[in-house]
Amino acid sequence: MNAGVITVSYIGAGALFIMALGGLSHQETARRGNFYGMLGMALALFVTVIGLVTDNQFFLIAGIVGGGVIGWILAQKVEMTQMPELVAILHSLVGLAAVCVGYANALDHGNSLSGVEKTIHDVETYVGILIGALTFSGSVAAYLKLSGKISGKTLQLPGRHLFNLGLLIAAIWLCGVYIEHSAIGGGIGILLAMTLIALIFGIHMVVAIGGADMPVVVSMLNSYSGWAAAAMGFMLGNDLLIVVGALVGSSGAILSYIMCKAMNRKFINVIMGGFGTPKISTAGAGPAGDVGDVKSIEAQETADLLLNAKEVMILPGYGMAVAQAQHVVFEITKKLQDKGVNVRFGIHPVAGRMPGHMNVLLAEAKVPYDIVYEMDEVNDDFPSVDVSIVIGANDIVNPAAQEVPDSPIAGMPVLKPWLGKTTIVLKRGMSTGYAGVDNPLFYKDNTRMLFGDAKDSVDAVLRSLNSDS
Amino acid sequence: MRIGIPKEIEEGENRVALTPDVAIQLQKLGFTVAIESRAGEAASFDDEHYQQAGVEIIDDPRELWTQSDIIMKVRPPKEHPELGFYGVELLKQHQTLISFLYPAQNPEMLKALSDRGVTALAMDSVPRISRAQKMDALSSMANIAGYRAVVEAAQHFGRFFTGQITAAGKIMPAKVLVIGAGVAGLSAIGTAKSMGAIVRAFDTRPEVKEQVESMDAEFLMLEFDDEDGAGEGGYAKTMSPEFIKAEMDLFAAQAAEVDIIITTALIPGKPAPELITERMVVNMKPGSVIVDLAAEAGGNCKLTEANKVVVKHGVTLIGYTNLPSRLAAQSSQLYATNLRHMLTDLCPEKNGIIDVNMDDEVIRGATVVKNGEISWPPPAPRITVAPKEDIGIQAKEALAKAAPKPTHPLAFLIPLVACGLALYGLGAVAPPAFIGHLSVFVLSCFIGYMVIWGVSHSLHTPLMSVTNAISSIIVIGALIQISSDSPIVVALSTLAVFITSINIVGGFAVTQRMLRMFSK
Repeated sequence: MNAGVITVSYIGAGALFIMALGGLSHQETARRGNFYGMLGMALALFVTVIGLVTDNQFFLIAGIVGGGVIGWILAQKVEMTQMPELVAILHSLVGLAAVCVGYANALDHGNSLSGVEKTIHDVETYVGILIGALTFSGSVAAYLKLSGKISGKTLQLPGRHLFNLGLLIAAIWLCGVYIEHSAIGGGIGILLAMTLIALIFGIHMVVAIGGADMPVVVSMLNSYSGWAAAAMGFMLGNDLLIVVGALVGSSGAILSYIMCKAMNRKFINVIMGGFGTPKISTAGAGPAGDVGDVKSIEAQETADLLLNAKEVMILPGYGMAVAQAQHVVFEITKKLQDKGVNVRFGIHPVAGRMPGHMNVLLAEAKVPYDIVYEMDEVNDDFPSVDVSIVIGANDIVNPAAQEVPDSPIAGMPVLKPWLGKTTIVLKRGMSTGYAGVDNPLFYKDNTRMLFGDAKDSVDAVLRSLNSDS
Repeated sequence: MRIGIPKEIEEGENRVALTPDVAIQLQKLGFTVAIESRAGEAASFDDEHYQQAGVEIIDDPRELWTQSDIIMKVRPPKEHPELGFYGVELLKQHQTLISFLYPAQNPEMLKALSDRGVTALAMDSVPRISRAQKMDALSSMANIAGYRAVVEAAQHFGRFFTGQITAAGKIMPAKVLVIGAGVAGLSAIGTAKSMGAIVRAFDTRPEVKEQVESMDAEFLMLEFDDEDGAGEGGYAKTMSPEFIKAEMDLFAAQAAEVDIIITTALIPGKPAPELITERMVVNMKPGSVIVDLAAEAGGNCKLTEANKVVVKHGVTLIGYTNLPSRLAAQSSQLYATNLRHMLTDLCPEKNGIIDVNMDDEVIRGATVVKNGEISWPPPAPRITVAPKEDIGIQAKEALAKAAPKPTHPLAFLIPLVACGLALYGLGAVAPPAFIGHLSVFVLSCFIGYMVIWGVSHSLHTPLMSVTNAISSIIVIGALIQISSDSPIVVALSTLAVFITSINIVGGFAVTQRMLRMFSK
């Protein structure tokens, strides 16, 4: 197969990938988009295997089949609530692959470059491995955090900014050293040292970021995996890798930006770490106005309120995901719809632990997406809402974000159920959310607390609804 | 500490500052409670009930005034008609009086209280902030007044409130106009509405429109965009002459049409504004009723006479000033509960000892005399009760303050120039192949940006898993190198192929699975 055919195929694959991302931007075209993606990938793989692989086909097939089977099983087995973890761990694989490819390239002395070209190539290799390693360790840390295997709280070493700066300087310095050594055919030791630094940096970066910022972290790592691919493309002189890497890198960066905007936070602050920074205590960031009494409510009363309502808004959060309550919530929704109640879902952009997490869960429970609305679409409607149900959400419905200027979440746009007639909050206890901020919503006059595990509570509400009718 | 409740001596005052239920709760706070014999009789609470609730019954009011640490009353102290004492002169240091006191209207009494060296809390001076709502006796009394106003109107109105079609003919529903949609106004709206009347309401403060409409009543709007009648503390302020002219025209038109007018317009510290002129009364249908809740402050209609029901031009004008007292059991219960909340705040330790903590905004506002020192009027409240639109405004202001300073119009060129120079520097030394790759890279970044920018929020997760699968294109790098002679390169490449395969298949498959679930 000649080089022209390969290049044309790569152009086709690149176009398919662009169409894949374009398709994924809208609900109606999303499945087609995914199909384009598969097609592009298949085309790129096929052409490369046929055209460029000359030996070791056995390893190749074994790798593809083995990996493919594992990937397939993972994809079928994963619970929708575990999507953030799955995505994080998949990101780590891209990072690891980039590291492998980078090392393989550094060890392969087949190419003979010299002068500026050699230097550029060395820098590309170096940067590729650096980003790959950083993506790998960062994603693993994110995975461990999301799956609860390590604490979700922010870990902030004293002088962490200095520490990061030190790592950065060390990495740049090592890059210079590597170029010198590489010129005389060595430098693998330097690469290993740099990889270690990158691994440490990746872990440190992610553990310093607060749990509430995890959606940003996940999409940021997504972006990094793209940049790693792009760096590999430069190293290998392969335009397809560059195109795809840049696509993924910039799309991840934009997603992170959208997330940050939804939380009214500066991207740079998120990366520098720490949502509820230690100097702000819960007491200091106390309720906006008034600590009144918390009024609790029983499942039966909740059911009565719902049956007598005309407009119901359901506001899910991470607690619904944890309790796997989405199916029962939809049962309740159907029940109420049968009674002529207009039920809508209001989704905050950062609800859950990854972008779009709630939408995926609701889709899993077969909630039709035309009753699922974004925050901005429903926020003005709350005054006409009779009952809002907050299921396992906290910071995203916290009026302190708008009322308390020194609150750690100040300025973050939030859903405003308190403007409606009644708000029912399903919650295990009076603990604070991920941002560690007390929530004045719970003390509002028109708020009722339904304490208990979200699943148990919605089950009880459903039972009451059934017995009432 | 011992709380004493004297019987109200004002004529026509049926309320009492304590109910048996509240007495029990006060004892839980550590207080002992005593009440004057027959104090609750007019409000249907007799001495026996109080005794059962553990309250000591005292026959001599003099003893009550001198022996109690805290005196709780409804009306301000007044000379006793039979025993000829005033109450205040019996007080001494360390005693506390909690009551409606109207310090603005009663400077002499304030002086007298100060001379006795006592502490006095005026229930009418509780700041109108949301935390203090539970002890806002003005609101709880206004609520009752609004309800009772409708009941009084119904009493004197010769027709149904609700409309009916009967065998004996059609009955038109009564039309009720409520002027002033404060607590009393809203309560009147709700009551009249629940009796089936057609209710309209007017208020100079446009922000109450929503509250009126939430009660299913019609809000009458004036076409005045720029004037907002909201004054300090949730009350209305005096309006401009043009506004008043338009307002009067509106009332004149309404007066001819409605059957019942309930006026609740009060401006603090001033005589009530005249809203219903004699002319309008003449134009009202015979048998119509006006209930003037501002009668005590001169009335919103000049024809009303305080504490009387008069008929003029065929219209019944009700000027009762003691509407809450006419629902004595209810208002005593609410007022006593307001007092209980006040005592709960005054006694945070629940040990029966009150602490008049002047750092607490609510207590500070209510305290008019502290240990003989006049502390009225309090400093202006920090928060007004009715934020104009919503809390968002404060946030917006805060954001506006934090908004970046205006930058130079050409400032955006700086990063462009910097990038350009950097690229030229690179272009001078780098080989052409690299520049080719770089241009592909830069253009792809822009494509990614353009394509992703409009992504629908609900698709973020599938998008991420698909981009993740796509970024496994890195497998190409491994494929290119897998045919190497070096075993370590082959091993590394094989590993890379293996893990990217997991990623490719896993990523696409899970995306497919997710997308299949999205249904309309």
